[in-house]
Amino acid sequence: MMTTATGPVEGYVKVAPTVTREGDTATIDGHGVYYRQLNEAVRGAFADGAKTVKLGNINGQRYIGNGITGKDLRIEIQGVPGGDMAMFMNGPTIVTDGSAQDGVANTMNAGTIYINGDAGDVLGYGMRGGRVFVRGDVGYRVGIHMKAFENLIPIICCGGNARAFFGEYMAGGVLVLLGRNVQFADQPLVGPFCGSGMHGGVIYLRGEVNPQDVGKECGIFTADEQDIKVLRPIVEEWCAAFGDDFEDVLSQPFTKLVPVSHRPYGKLYAPM
Amino acid sequence: MTTPMRPAYSQESPFKIHGGCGLVGICDESGTRFSGSVAIEAMAVQHDRGNGLGGGFAGYGIYPEFPDHFAFHMMYHDLQAKEEAEKLFDEYFQVDLAEPMPTRPVKGITDAPLLWRYFLQPYPAKLELSELTPEDYVVHVVMLINSTIDGAFVASSGKNMGAFKGVGYPEQIGHYFLLEEYEGHTWVGHNRFPTNTPGWWGGAHPFTLLDWSIVHNGEISSYGINSRYLEQFGYKCTLGTDTEVAAYLFDLLLRRHKLPLALACKALASPLWEEIDRMGPEEAALMTSLRAVYGPALLNGPFAIVLGFNGGMVALNDRIKLRPLVAARKGSVLCVASEESAIRQIISAPDAVWAPKAGEPVIARIKGMDWPIHGDLHLAPSEISCAVTGVEASCEIVEVA
Repeated sequence: MMTTATGPVEGYVKVAPTVTREGDTATIDGHGVYYRQLNEAVRGAFADGAKTVKLGNINGQRYIGNGITGKDLRIEIQGVPGGDMAMFMNGPTIVTDGSAQDGVANTMNAGTIYINGDAGDVLGYGMRGGRVFVRGDVGYRVGIHMKAFENLIPIICCGGNARAFFGEYMAGGVLVLLGRNVQFADQPLVGPFCGSGMHGGVIYLRGEVNPQDVGKECGIFTADEQDIKVLRPIVEEWCAAFGDDFEDVLSQPFTKLVPVSHRPYGKLYAPM
Repeated sequence: MTTPMRPAYSQESPFKIHGGCGLVGICDESGTRFSGSVAIEAMAVQHDRGNGLGGGFAGYGIYPEFPDHFAFHMMYHDLQAKEEAEKLFDEYFQVDLAEPMPTRPVKGITDAPLLWRYFLQPYPAKLELSELTPEDYVVHVVMLINSTIDGAFVASSGKNMGAFKGVGYPEQIGHYFLLEEYEGHTWVGHNRFPTNTPGWWGGAHPFTLLDWSIVHNGEISSYGINSRYLEQFGYKCTLGTDTEVAAYLFDLLLRRHKLPLALACKALASPLWEEIDRMGPEEAALMTSLRAVYGPALLNGPFAIVLGFNGGMVALNDRIKLRPLVAARKGSVLCVASEESAIRQIISAPDAVWAPKAGEPVIARIKGMDWPIHGDLHLAPSEISCAVTGVEASCEIVEVA
């Protein structure tokens, strides 16, 4: 039955959480703590020299890891983080023990995220660098407006199925969809409007795709040896993170979607 | 002495704020009733989805002592409005109980209107004379009050249910109305972030008519055509919030036109023409007719809604999923919310958590209660075509075990 004992009915309390420190690890109990105080505590712990912050009892607190810079920093989350996790993040690693909500890795610059569950909509919106690995399914508009510049190439690897608008308006980076840990076996690997408006980057789908579900800006190819070279380290890392059989994942052919035009709206908005 | 000028309530908001709303719907399909504090708690973790300009709840099964009375929750700006509305009640109904809504002072809740509730039954003779069903009779009075009595608004008018709403955060509003003292089998909750219309007490969600209650996250850009369409059937949109049309559309499609739920949802969130082109001939014909007949009922714009009623609950997204919606189940309890955290706050270790597909309803149905909707989901096109083609014989009500 329903439980109501997890906290005061008023919702979050705007007080600083208790931070316990052991070596270079800081542990914070996030139970019922408002997102602002929670995120101040996370930043405070890093400022005090902690390298790892463990967040317990997280439920719905927004903006965790936002804008934090530092390659060797790590945030471990127990519970469900709120929206816009790791927005503008620049370097750290975030690991969740369960699912994440909408807007993970919004405009993220660098770093790595491992989500041990499903992720919601608009994952990696406008992402500019770093890597996101999701164990299971992802929602709508994953990788929308993802972009790349020189050696800054964002990567998202999703372990389950994806819903509509996968890679919409994608301008750069690599999107991988594996269809391994799916919640609903009867649903297609990827929803309609995949890659619609895409004008850069590449999408790899493990298996086949219904051409009518693919945006008209995309060309559909079978991944070749060169592509597998790109895929190998990504899939390897995904398998290592979530305990899957690497050879088995790569045993099936991948479909590759790339844009056929670099400027699909050139005629619309600017004289040629 | 002259009466001071009374302010007009149909004011446009002087500014526009962009944001989202939060919602929750919880239904125990076993019919077990639970405290309104559960709904408050689910809304409290979605605090920042609103901005304090509107919060509200609707509970079902909350008035077991008056199961067959129409429970009117009223908002009055002043005593004159109250007197005028009560005169109307006396004219149309036998008033078996009239009392102020129980409230408690809550920090942050100010400028509350006069809040009263009434338990009413239509006068049999008057009802017969009107040649209306009791439900249409009640709808007539609701529209009459909302459109002709300045400063009087009906917050809810169903049986064994009620809406509790106002300006504030939902957890404040919930406390204000002492919701922990009510028990219901179904609750819907809402946290408002007004974008296009003013944040005022009558404009908070849920919007209700009879047993239907709607909470909505999104904006209905087809409000104009929807409200003009509804006017033809006697519905008057007076509350200044787009969601009002969704409540009346469900009443029109489900109660009056007796559309099966699947079809009503397809009328509001219809398949794209592109998708219809790919359907088989029978389904394509049905969807084409549906779009032709109910074109003005199409809800354009992003939305996630929860429809509550006596018998269950339906949650629905727009066709391309422009607003968040998560669902979960544990045993007989079905819960939907804008965020997974809201569900996890009230249900520990759910059996399943999933993201519903865009345009496909999530349905809770209470065992042993009448299902107020004609037919059900998962019907073949031929089985549900009656409402569109008008061939009554082709209609079958399919029972769900």
